[in-house]
Amino acid sequence: MRGSIIIFFFFITGVLTARMGWLPATLVENDFSIYVLYGLMFLVGMSIGSDTKVLRGMKRQKATVVLVPLATLLGTLAGCAAASFLLPGIRVWDSLAVGSGFAYYSLSSVFITELRGAELGTVALIANVTRELFTLMCAPLLVRWFGKLAPICSGGATTMDTTLPVIVRFSGKEFVVVSIFHGFVTDFSVPFLVTFFCRMAA
Amino acid sequence: MLIIAAIMLTGVLAGVLLRNRDLSAVPHMITIAIRLLLFLLGVAVGCRRDILDNLHTIGIQALVITAGGLAGTLVCARLVYRRFFTRKD
Repeated sequence: MRGSIIIFFFFITGVLTARMGWLPATLVENDFSIYVLYGLMFLVGMSIGSDTKVLRGMKRQKATVVLVPLATLLGTLAGCAAASFLLPGIRVWDSLAVGSGFAYYSLSSVFITELRGAELGTVALIANVTRELFTLMCAPLLVRWFGKLAPICSGGATTMDTTLPVIVRFSGKEFVVVSIFHGFVTDFSVPFLVTFFCRMAA
Repeated sequence: MLIIAAIMLTGVLAGVLLRNRDLSAVPHMITIAIRLLLFLLGVAVGCRRDILDNLHTIGIQALVITAGGLAGTLVCARLVYRRFFTRKD
């Protein structure tokens, strides 16, 4: 709980300082987050490499690992289909197209803007940014309430890069392999599923 | 994608080589980097007028879709975790 609140605080501080124009122009104009991400990946790699437990975990990986991306795909699509019934302005296929971005907001919003227009593209951007933020901020809570796979399934296509550090931190290093495998499969499915559902909606 | 994989593998190699050293600072550095990343993500959102201005209209649709997708995902994640990942061998 405390972890999520602190992370949320940092995000809100970022929004507010940017909005108030308190930040130096170089920070706003250049996207430094990619370099922080690189640093993170190096640190995560270091913590994996220095830990002998992770290697043992890799060897123990079973076929059940395929159930993790499957849970993400089926759960997300079922939930998005259900959500569309609450929204008069959104059709089922459109909702499925937005949901199958799996937090991969850059790619999914570009695809959807191209195939279904800028409005749904913006919905996709916000929806998928929110999914990534939710995973980053709520990872400790998700582990407590839904088990150690929850931040992985919640993170969708981002679990091999942006959300991997929080997954390692809160689910444990033994889930690194599951997380990377899950991210790979989900990542790969995004362009395929998004375009498929956009075509069905058209 | 390749760059990230390469950086991570370099980190793994560094971790293997430094296995006998005291690396207790690494988890703390990870925490700091996560917080910095979230701050920068906030900056990116704060700079986008279009995201902030439309948040109340388009945002509601986006949040409902995300909430639905996440609810379905978390239920499935819990099911798979309970059934297949909690047995000790």
